[in-house]
Parts: sequence; C-alpha cells; structure tokens
Amino acid sequence: MNFSPIIWKEMMLIRRKPWRFLASSMVMPVLYLVTFGWGLGRGMNVGGGNYLEFVLPGIIALSAMNNSFGPVSTSMNISKLYTKTLEEVLVSPLTAWDITLGRALTGMVRGLFSAVMLLLVGFAAGVNMHLSLNFFIILTLTAFCFGAAGVGAAMLARTHEDMANFNSFFIVPMSFLAGTFFSPNQLPQPFESLILAYPLTHASLLLRALASGSEPSTGSVLVLAVYTLMFFSLAVRLVKRAGG
Amino acid sequence: MIDTTNLTKYFGTLGAVQSVSFSVNRGEVFGLLGPNGAGKTTTIRMLTTLLSPSSGSASVSGYDVAREPLQVKRTIGVIPQMLNLDIDLTCSQNLEYHGRLHRMEGPDRAARTSELLRFVGLWEKRDTAVEHLSGGMRRRLLIARGLMHRPQVVFMDEPTVGLDPQARRLIWGLIESLKRSGITIMLTTHYIEEADALCDRVAIMREGKIIALDGPAALKARVGRYSLECIGRQDIPRKFFPTRDAAYEAGRGETCDVLVREATLEDVFISLTGERIEG
Repeated sequence: MNFSPIIWKEMMLIRRKPWRFLASSMVMPVLYLVTFGWGLGRGMNVGGGNYLEFVLPGIIALSAMNNSFGPVSTSMNISKLYTKTLEEVLVSPLTAWDITLGRALTGMVRGLFSAVMLLLVGFAAGVNMHLSLNFFIILTLTAFCFGAAGVGAAMLARTHEDMANFNSFFIVPMSFLAGTFFSPNQLPQPFESLILAYPLTHASLLLRALASGSEPSTGSVLVLAVYTLMFFSLAVRLVKRAGG
Repeated sequence: MIDTTNLTKYFGTLGAVQSVSFSVNRGEVFGLLGPNGAGKTTTIRMLTTLLSPSSGSASVSGYDVAREPLQVKRTIGVIPQMLNLDIDLTCSQNLEYHGRLHRMEGPDRAARTSELLRFVGLWEKRDTAVEHLSGGMRRRLLIARGLMHRPQVVFMDEPTVGLDPQARRLIWGLIESLKRSGITIMLTTHYIEEADALCDRVAIMREGKIIALDGPAALKARVGRYSLECIGRQDIPRKFFPTRDAAYEAGRGETCDVLVREATLEDVFISLTGERIEG
C-alpha cells in the first residue's frame, strides 16, 4: 500500500492555506448550530432534555459527512475534469485501492477535524455530552464512509453539473431528513423506513445514543459499516475503470 | 521499447485509432504527427494505460499495457498536453509529490528535485507556487516532473502547444538534451517543424490511421525535395521536384507569383491527403 503521497499533498495544501481550511470546515456546522440549536431550538425540550443536547450529536454527524464528502468529491471531480491533476496519480504506480484509500482518509481527517471543532464549540456553550472511545470510533467510521462516497461520486460524475446533482439529490435531503434535527420515529410510515435507509440517519442515532450514555444499536453499526464497505468498493472500481 | 500491433480504440461507433502498428527502439525519438483529431492523443493514452484498447495489443518496456499496467507505469514518464500541475504547491513540492508517488527515497527525491530544477532552469523558482509561473515555465516544470523518477520511456503529448516561439525553442533544447542522454521519447505534435527538428522517425496520422512512417528526410524524399507553390493561392495544388532548378523551371510557366522552397513534412501530408495538417 502506498497511499501516503496523497495524505502528504493534502497536508501541504492545508499548511499553505490553514485559515481557508479552518473556515471552510467550520462555517456550515456553526450556522446549523446557531440556527437550530440556539435560535430555533432555544427553550425547546426533546425527551426531557434540552434541544441543543439533542441536536448537537446530529450536527456533528452532519458536519463529519459534509466535510468529508464535500471537499473530497469537489476537489477530485475538479482534478478529474478540469485541472486533470488526477491523471498524474492515475499514471503513477499507485493502485486504485491506494488512490481511493488515500482520498477517503483525507476526507475522514477533514470530517473529524470539523466534528471535533464543533464538539469544542458545544462544550464552550455548556452542552453536556458523554464522550467515549466508541463515540470517536463511530465518528471516524462516519467520516470515512462519506469520504469514500465522495471519491465514488467524483469518479461517477461526468460533468460538474452531475456533481451538483449528487449534492441536490443525495447530500442535501440527507442533511435535513436523516435524524439530525428530529428523531426519525416522529415520522409516519413509510417515511420513517425511508429515512432509516440513509447512512447519516444511523450515524446520528449512534452518536446521539453514545453522547447520552446509552447503548448504541448494533443494527445501526452494521448498516453504517455496510454502507462504508459499499461506497469504498464502488469507489475502487470506478478509480480502476478510470485507469488507476 | 514500444510495440503496438493493430492497436484500435473505438468510442461508441467512432474509430479514434484504427489498427495502428509500429515499434519504437531504445533511445529513439518517435513522433506522431497529424492534425487535431487524428488519434495521436488517444494512442498515447492507451500506451500510458489511461485508456483500454478496444482491440489489438501494445507493450511498453516489454510489459503489456492492458495486462501489466502497474509495471508499465513504473517505467514511463508522462508529460501531458494539459499543464496539470498542482498550482497551490511550489515547484519543488510538485516534484517531491511526484517522487513520493513513485516511492523514491527522501535523499534521492531531494537530489533529483535539485538536479531537474536546474536542468529546466527553474532552480531560482523552486519555492514559488506554480500559480505564479508563466506558461513556458509551467511547461518546463511539467517536463521536470515527467523525468523525476528516471523513466525509461517518456511520452510527451504536444509538448510545446500554446507556447511562444522563444519558449518553444527552449523546450526543444531540453528535448534535444534528453535525446543525447539516450532516453526513449514518444511525442505527439501537430507542428511540422517540431517533428522535423526533433524526431528520428515520424508516423503521420490521419483519421485514426498511420498513413506514412519513416525518418523525416526519407518521408520528404518521397514527394520530392523541393516544393513549388503559388503564393496566396491554396486552391492551386503544390508541385514537387527532385531539384531546385527543376522547380524554378516549372515556376516560369505559372501565371501566379511562385515560391520555391525545400519540402516539409506538411508537404508529405498534403501529397498523401490533399489537406493541410494544421487548423
């Protein structure tokens, strides 16, 4: 395995423009937090607890998704279609597995970074969360899952418009519907079942359960793991098809 | 170093490359010359493993491009037509990244980066981000990057496209230096004088097929060493003669202003196809 050059390049790019990295990682989650946590959710209670404590794990999952999927899919799609920098990697001896793993890991790091920053903001705002090793394992799995999905989406998209469509039809609906801002069991059937098909729903449910000190659902862990494997395998196949 | 047999690529029903066969010897500079859309880039993309052939076979450095792509990739350097450098990284970082992709050791990477930046005249710009370089400088850095891991075979796709004459001469000088070092080079171009000046042998391509293949001098000798053409009259066909005197003699009988000059590879293309190569 030789995915380290891809990580090295990402580190160089972040080192060159650290503030851009920091700002782009933080803008959306902080907006969500301010809007739904402190604005709309002020004074609201969910299941006996305050809404901010309910919504923060969901926003952390959402942030991990957005910051792993978005930068990976956008930069890889641009490098495939516009700057053609992906070709340098495709004609190097890196395998499709190396390329996919390297890119998914860069997404994972970005996703984790924004999630941790959000956690710090939450703690500064006085939110109580039970943090455990399992919480960070699920967070890492979530970020890696969507990093791999980002690679797959970038390789699948034939135009920049296709990429925008992925966001419009996959990411944005998931952001609002996948149990981030409300519990899926509040919805009538068949909507609840449909929402349970989203990987982000399970990431939110798992992080919420772990943050409240409850036992996470094994089923949700399995669903998230299966999605991760599926996205990663698809991405490897698509990178291979492109010449990797 | 490169062998193709009936190499073919179809995109849907469009035959981009059709039954192309040729061999390139070690240390040779081999050119694919032809107008845009002739199939030059598609041929190179198949040889560099970026495209799978529809049929036929090709090997580079003894490895089959379809069955042994990783082995092929270890032996080749690719200098694409597009300036696909990372513009946010510096010149040195671009080379270092490439060295890492090819598993070069740290001290070797540093030494090779320094050697190549001096070779292409960019040592002073080593810590400058690529976004601040001119087109000619970027093209030189692209050449350095393609050579970073000491490839046995270098593929150059239109290495001077879009450059001004001065920058083009500079690139030609670099390619001539590489040629003297014994590296095998395959380049595509639609510039006649580039193929003429740099290549040991040239394959002329049109509509996905090779229509002539030989050394530039031998190709030109096929049509006649001198060309006679009516100035400003592209509707009147050029005529070719074995000697300058014969061309002058024929020119006296023309009713237009005439130009007698040495034949070029474009004359070869025109004599074979009736069309000009550029445009």
